[in-house]
Amino acid sequence: MTTGQARRAAPPLPAASGRGAALAQRHGAALVLLVVVLLGSLAFGDRFFGLGNLGTIALDGSSLVLIATGMTFVIVSGGIDLSVGSVLALAGVLSAYGSRWGTAGAVLLPLVVCGLIGLVNGLLVGRARLAPFVVTLATLLFARGLAFAVSQEGNQVYIIPGDLVVTRAGQATVLGVGVPVLIALAVFAAGVVALNRTRFGLWVFAVGNGGDAAGLMGLPVTRVKAGVYVLSSLLAGLAGVLIAAQTASGLPTLGEGRELEAIAAVVIGGTLLSGGSGSLGGTLAGVLLLKVIQNLINQVGTLSSYYQQVVGGAFLVLVVLVQAALARRRQL
Amino acid sequence: MAATSVTGAAMSEALTSGRTARAARLRLPDHGVYLALGALLLFNLLFTANFATVANLRLQLVQVAPVAIVALGMALVIGTEGIDLSVGSTMAIAAALLPLYLGYGPWPAIGVAVLAGAFIGLVNGGLVAYGIQPIIATLGLLVAGRGVALVLADGRLVEIFDPTLAAIGGGQVLGVPVPVLAALGLACAAGFVLRRGAFGRRVVAVGGNRAAAVLAGLPVRRTLITVYVISGLLAAVAGVLTTGRQGASDPSFTGLLIELSAITAVVVGGTPLAGGRVRVLGTLVGALLMQLIIATVIQHDLHDSTARMIQAAIIVAAVHAQRDRSGT
Repeated sequence: MTTGQARRAAPPLPAASGRGAALAQRHGAALVLLVVVLLGSLAFGDRFFGLGNLGTIALDGSSLVLIATGMTFVIVSGGIDLSVGSVLALAGVLSAYGSRWGTAGAVLLPLVVCGLIGLVNGLLVGRARLAPFVVTLATLLFARGLAFAVSQEGNQVYIIPGDLVVTRAGQATVLGVGVPVLIALAVFAAGVVALNRTRFGLWVFAVGNGGDAAGLMGLPVTRVKAGVYVLSSLLAGLAGVLIAAQTASGLPTLGEGRELEAIAAVVIGGTLLSGGSGSLGGTLAGVLLLKVIQNLINQVGTLSSYYQQVVGGAFLVLVVLVQAALARRRQL
Repeated sequence: MAATSVTGAAMSEALTSGRTARAARLRLPDHGVYLALGALLLFNLLFTANFATVANLRLQLVQVAPVAIVALGMALVIGTEGIDLSVGSTMAIAAALLPLYLGYGPWPAIGVAVLAGAFIGLVNGGLVAYGIQPIIATLGLLVAGRGVALVLADGRLVEIFDPTLAAIGGGQVLGVPVPVLAALGLACAAGFVLRRGAFGRRVVAVGGNRAAAVLAGLPVRRTLITVYVISGLLAAVAGVLTTGRQGASDPSFTGLLIELSAITAVVVGGTPLAGGRVRVLGTLVGALLMQLIIATVIQHDLHDSTARMIQAAIIVAAVHAQRDRSGT
């Protein structure tokens, strides 16, 4: 949107004078995460840094990791996807609805529908050149409406039978780690490879750095944009399916505001909203940071959960202020 | 309604807005929202029982008033190529402050609530003027603001038995509800300021071409801070009106997700997200259109979910119609 911040292509070549600042912007979230985890461990010991609690944080954060991974692709391409929270809810409802046809129905039905919603987003943004914010605002409404329509305005809660593969997998653990966490990590790893080591990833950066120039150089801009929105919707859909599998049901009210949480995680991770620059490692650190802070506030028994929001919001503002200051120093 | 349509993709355009605005007014896309509202009204008059009753019209207008008031501020912010996600939380803070200060009388309490809204706007505007992306600056206050409101009220709904607040939220003047009058009055003020004042020109200049506005020596930062302060003020007013109408301060749900309704009203009303143009009347009509879609669908025994899907289609159609001019 605005041009106040420095833009950087995928391989960073910071000037020698600004190297420290660049490093801080790139790995700031990870550093802060480290400090917060250390302080949390000192303050609460095993209650925070024990296997049980860490597992809770990981399971809680797994759906956000999936959504934020897709969101990173979209934001690096210069767009934004507000529809993911609603798509997550829709996927959960469709998964529960489709479970009457077994595991295949519970997984394929939501993913196909969510993929189609992503395709509509991508075509409206990429081909029709409409503003991503408005397009995905519309699909936010549409997906939420469809989720309520399928579940009879929320009156009908579909149950996923507990003996299906999808429910058992969603609730299983491998070596003490929940399967949803493993799936989220696998998807995240695949995302890192796709963004940094493939032609598609390079194109996403190029499109985000300047759509017109990328098009003039012959890149398939429309297909790249369609691709990132399909990816984002699919990952939100996968997150919805996993939540439905864990809870053995689909609720149309889930995921409200989750899109903003994902955007916050991506931005805290150092990805610029103006597009063309960002890293998935930062996004993961951003997600963990949000979840760890929520968890720590929960540990302080005397603090009401309302303070979670106060601290979370204030922290977000603090991080972007620091980032802006660093970007300024680098420009000088 | 030339009074409320200020075009100005470029600054020169803003300075000679008279002729440009008139030429633009003849184009169909600009009128889409009015035509849609007209068609929906006609449909309702013909096919909806008890639609054209005073009670129903009054209800629809009262329900849309807070959204319309918030959307007015949002239109100004979007005119500067910004966005304000914190309006719903600002409404909640205003609602949470009212019962805390009612002991000093209703007007001081309202004053504190509105000042708090202005202060939140000041923080938003300061962050944006410093160079933070508007969406992320105001997202911080969306999250933190709701938390502050809940902390202030200890998360509880508080019933309010104050006659002045009840009159502001639920009273009528000559049969017109007070919130509706407030929305109309504020819209007239916004239209007047945008058309007559230098401030309106600055808003579209900052949104149309930030670099040119800086080079022309316009007070860009002051303009940015001012629009966010106005947005915060209007959100607080909407919060006071909502609280008065409900007879209760509800920090959990007051203004929840209203930022999306307000942005929708602004965009459907013909203000492009890319800034450089503010349409006040279009914003009001956009808010009314979205409200009437829900009312129509429900009065025909269809569901809320159907209304949301229709709204989604209307939003896409509206931005598609505007696409060629706005350059987004």
